[in-house]
Amino acid sequence: MVYGTCGLESLCGPGQHQNQRCSGILGTLLTLSQKQQQQQAENAAGAAGKKKKVTAAQLRVQKDLSELSLGSTMKTDFPNPDDILNFTLTIDPDEGMYKGGSFSFSFAINQNFPHDPPKVKCKEKIYHPNIDLEGNVCLNILREDWKPVLNLNAVIVGLQFLFLEPNASDPLNKEAAEDLKTNREGFKRNVRSAMGGGGVRGETFQRVLK
Amino acid sequence: MDETTVADMANGDGSRIKWKFLDRIVSRQGPFADPDNPIGEQALQMLSSVKVLVIGAGGLGCEILKNLALSGFTDIHVIDMDTIDVSNLNRQFLFRQADVGKHKAEVAARFVESRVRGVKITPYCGKIQDKDEDYYMQFAFVVCGLDSIEARRWINATLVGMVDEENPDSLKPLIDGGTEGFKGQSKVILPTMTSCIECQLDLHAPRAAVPLCTLATIPRQPQHCIEWAHIIAWDEERKDITLDNDDPEHITWLYQKALKRAEDFDIPGVTYSMTQGVVKNIIPAIASTNAIIAASCCNEAFKFATGSNPSLAYPPPDANNYMTYSGDDSIYTYTFTHEKKDDCPVCGNLAKTMEIDPSWTLQEFVESFAERPEAQLKKPSIRSEAKTLYMQSIASLEEQTRPNLAKKLSELVSDGEEIAVSDPALQISFKYKLVFKS
Ligand SMILES: [Zn+2]
Repeated sequence: MVYGTCGLESLCGPGQHQNQRCSGILGTLLTLSQKQQQQQAENAAGAAGKKKKVTAAQLRVQKDLSELSLGSTMKTDFPNPDDILNFTLTIDPDEGMYKGGSFSFSFAINQNFPHDPPKVKCKEKIYHPNIDLEGNVCLNILREDWKPVLNLNAVIVGLQFLFLEPNASDPLNKEAAEDLKTNREGFKRNVRSAMGGGGVRGETFQRVLK
Repeated sequence: MDETTVADMANGDGSRIKWKFLDRIVSRQGPFADPDNPIGEQALQMLSSVKVLVIGAGGLGCEILKNLALSGFTDIHVIDMDTIDVSNLNRQFLFRQADVGKHKAEVAARFVESRVRGVKITPYCGKIQDKDEDYYMQFAFVVCGLDSIEARRWINATLVGMVDEENPDSLKPLIDGGTEGFKGQSKVILPTMTSCIECQLDLHAPRAAVPLCTLATIPRQPQHCIEWAHIIAWDEERKDITLDNDDPEHITWLYQKALKRAEDFDIPGVTYSMTQGVVKNIIPAIASTNAIIAASCCNEAFKFATGSNPSLAYPPPDANNYMTYSGDDSIYTYTFTHEKKDDCPVCGNLAKTMEIDPSWTLQEFVESFAERPEAQLKKPSIRSEAKTLYMQSIASLEEQTRPNLAKKLSELVSDGEEIAVSDPALQISFKYKLVFKS
């Protein structure tokens, strides 16, 4: 962009800039008020072609999705492919205590993404120290540590990690966390039985084995 | 015009007496102003002919409307969707007890009009999203006093999208003020030329949040008990009812849940109004912070309109464009240059117009991106606002959108519609406005 003496040639326009009275932004303003009527008439004529533009949140999600690396243990499902802000992610851990299970998470992203984090919930009732019976997930980057520079891939990696390394010090299911802390072998047995649709401490879980 | 003429004007018209000091400012060359800028009558004429839009008629908005009117602006428009709540009356000084329940924009406009002779304020009681580009095009610039980041992002993207390099009048400066408690900031955005709201997104402090597990297991503060009731208890017990922050029954339910939990953990201090504040995420507002930030925004507006001195962000792109103010630890203020981000999804790439043959299939269109010199994309994914035309990177979406490849473009998009094209090789998406070849 070329700036003239007023510093804002692009604002006042090259033609006007060569006028004897170049007046920077103000020149634009003055011209504008003179042009207003003419412009409104033109606008009325062109009003038929109004289209919604892709929103900033959609653009970010589209970018995040095109950079996603799902590997062989994860897949997505979009109930409505035209709505990329709402989808399900399924994780099939291939190692760790939750190996053999299949866990799905609903992602709900609002128009204020990435200022707001995505809302993520586990869709099955599972036995996990960091996921409660309603599906709430305790993952720092989904809440207190979310930043706009983080992307969907970071969230997905975080979720994957929860199945490799369940964390007893951030309990959302207190009983499961207690079991993990005090009796790791017993915890493993509980995980197997819960994944098979059995009960643990009087609570029945959903069968998630593949 | 020299000083004598301005003085004559004031003598000739008694009503200009009250503008004596304003006239003095615009009748002299500002020390830093461009010598070509008009002074005197011409500057005054600009001030009164300029049409300004104010977004928000709340804490900041009341101040901004009052300041603009008292600075000599005479054609002001204001948008606000909210109605007046009794809790606004302590600082939103254009409203009175009898106005509770009425629209803020309407009441504020009438109040300022009744107090400042000669000013016309046109209110719109609704959402900024109700209005289109034609509407925003009529203003010289926009002053924002909002508390919502979402609304800021929307008006920002709209103003950036309106910039047409062929038409200098399509560039609408955005003066944006924001406050939170003792802190605030004001900034000027010259869309596409300087850093935009989207470029600055990571400067906005995210809402302070407490880890979910703290809420669930070891609450320490009354607010933790309220958040627990809000996020966890509601879903457990009232999953089928959508929480309405404005429904007193809902707030009462949360309040009682929180109170019970606070008793269990021996935490004092949960009140109904605290519950309301936490659930609605009410940011503490301090009247004087609003006054400081609004004053700074309106000074920028005045300089824009009169040219009496250079404004923030002038000249772009290297000038300081962002002022932050902090009054919580003594007083601190700092003005700096926030740089435009090359990979900003809003201003990093402007939509280019692309002529297309509507009888092309999407397949042909996708393939054409491999040949476009500016793109040369191997795996482009394409979306419009309403539709996912084709997404290659995600297996399930690729499968779902593959049938679109055989369709004609005219079946998928309409003439003039905007699309976004992303590719793993691209740092940001390209945007195109598709125009049908006839
Ligand atoms: Zn930007």
